[in-house]
Amino acid sequence: MKKICFVLLVGLIFFSVLSFSEGTVKIGVALPMTGGIASFGQMVYQGIEIANQMFPTVLGMKVELILADNRSDKTEAANVVSRLINLNGVVGILGEVASSNTLAGGAVAEKAGIPLLSPASTNPLVTQGKKFVSRVCFIDPFQGHVAAIFALNNLKAKTAAVFTDVAQDYSVGLSNFFVKDFTAGGGTVYKEYYQSGDQDFSAQLTDALSHNPDVIYISGYYPEIALMAKQARQLGYTGPFLAGDGAEAPELIKIGGSAVNGLYYTSHFNADHPATKMGQEFVAKYEALYHTSPSALAALGFDTYLVMLNAIERAGSTDPAKINAAIRSTKNFEGATGYITIGDDGNAVKSAVINEVVNSQFTYVTTINP
Amino acid sequence: MNALIQNFFNSLALGGLYALIAVGYTMVYGILRLINFAHGDIFMMGTYFAFYAITLLLLPWWLGFLFAIFITGLLGYSIEKIAYRPLRNAPRISSLITAIGMSFFLESFAVVVFGGIPKSFNVYPKMFSDVIIIGKTRIPVLTFITIIVTVLLFLFLWWLLYKTKTGLAMRAISVDIPTTSLMGANVNNVISITFIVGSSFAAVAGILWAMKYPQVQPYMGFTPGLKAFVAAVIGGIGSIQGAIVGGFLLGFLEIMLVGFFPNLAGYRDVFAYVTLVIILMFRPTGIFKIYSEQKV
Repeated sequence: MKKICFVLLVGLIFFSVLSFSEGTVKIGVALPMTGGIASFGQMVYQGIEIANQMFPTVLGMKVELILADNRSDKTEAANVVSRLINLNGVVGILGEVASSNTLAGGAVAEKAGIPLLSPASTNPLVTQGKKFVSRVCFIDPFQGHVAAIFALNNLKAKTAAVFTDVAQDYSVGLSNFFVKDFTAGGGTVYKEYYQSGDQDFSAQLTDALSHNPDVIYISGYYPEIALMAKQARQLGYTGPFLAGDGAEAPELIKIGGSAVNGLYYTSHFNADHPATKMGQEFVAKYEALYHTSPSALAALGFDTYLVMLNAIERAGSTDPAKINAAIRSTKNFEGATGYITIGDDGNAVKSAVINEVVNSQFTYVTTINP
Repeated sequence: MNALIQNFFNSLALGGLYALIAVGYTMVYGILRLINFAHGDIFMMGTYFAFYAITLLLLPWWLGFLFAIFITGLLGYSIEKIAYRPLRNAPRISSLITAIGMSFFLESFAVVVFGGIPKSFNVYPKMFSDVIIIGKTRIPVLTFITIIVTVLLFLFLWWLLYKTKTGLAMRAISVDIPTTSLMGANVNNVISITFIVGSSFAAVAGILWAMKYPQVQPYMGFTPGLKAFVAAVIGGIGSIQGAIVGGFLLGFLEIMLVGFFPNLAGYRDVFAYVTLVIILMFRPTGIFKIYSEQKV
């Protein structure tokens, strides 16, 4: 009996030592996997998974991804971040797509001192005054500027109807930046408002179309953009739409159908024109796996994982504060969406791509540098 | 002026849909004094059934729609039997909590089984998305269909309530369940029929809704359900006419508010709920209740 106990004890010690040395690095992934903008979460996660397959280890340890679904909901966004930190004990978090959700989740991460790296939240407030929240994408003052310049110069628009989703910080911010630069360039705007989850835009569109705008700028997310485009076409609008990076999802085309042809949007990436060698590699891997071209969000998801991993490597430890410092000193890191430099303010400076929906395909138009 | 006419038709289209959903709320409330919070989710299930009947079972669209309406009726029947019947004599708050639980269950069920990503409801013939142009006003064909369907279903309901034995029993139950039972009516059957009819209406509304706003997702029933509930209360919950009038009224309020005050468009939901509060404060029985005893 004693012998068996001894063997068991030795086995146990041996096992625990073994599992200790083969420890994992836990990285949380907080994304909208269901709900209104589920498509965003799914695309980002595809990118993260591909990056994880290509680079499964860091500091000799296996990376363990823990996925948490925020159901496209602000309250839930804060909840999942605190769950990842307190329950799962992650050393860093990738995620939150919508700016409003990242604001909610970021506040929790900030308090706990765990770095949170957002793939696609472009609102400037997301990182403002935060030490632990950073991102791998450009911010909205730039995105709005690009859209305004494009509307004035390329679309030759003089009047624009601007639709703002009042429930989304992203949309409110982006609309303001667009309006500022569009009016500074001599354009006239008519403002219209809606709210995430709205499905009927007939009244706003009727009002907007009574001004005969040259372009309709919608700064929200794809579910509403698709429905709005459809209703605008039914009300007789034949001109172009212009949107932000919130437009890009396969559902835009699936739901919007032929109505979204002629929709331009500012984005981070185009699979036909990857900016780096890593981008080409990513596109090849993605196409082999999913038999379709990757979206900007998949590429950004891929990049968040890479930047996080690179930061852990440079920090040489899994101490969250050190990882955070390393994230914020990322310099010219080669990601799929371009060379990423993250400043001390947590923001990345990158060029923007303009795409257009042509015959129900996302098509590359041009690249605009900061 | 043109915008006003355009908005008039926009309101009719939206109001008709609210009215159809509100009828289901009001029928159940009229009989059981139960606010069936799962109604919005039954509406959502109806659209998914239609979607899968056409894409998966490859039924022609009209058969797929009929199939979905039938299955949704069955769903309503089972929900009543499983979740509400055992609690019929329990305090009302218990049934209310069960209804909310049922709502969450259906939403989560849809997320797990159908997936959380919105699906495109492009399963109906093209003619439904045509637009009729009169002068400068553009009216989608669907608006007419919605109004015609609403009127037909209202007539059907009127016939059911006032020309059939079942309807007589329904009206009797709404006054007093034990006495009706003593008169020889099968209360359980009548309540089941109410749920089947109410849920089928939700499916019809769901299909029309999805044709107008062609995306189907698990949480799509929440807002329309809540709005229809507001419509039912505005009209006088328990009254069929009230639900129809309330639905159209809410549709008009929402669209005209945005039409006249475009700056407030982002807060149109708030106005729907504020209207509810005002109605509850000054006329808690709604518009119709006071004139009629014709509760369902």
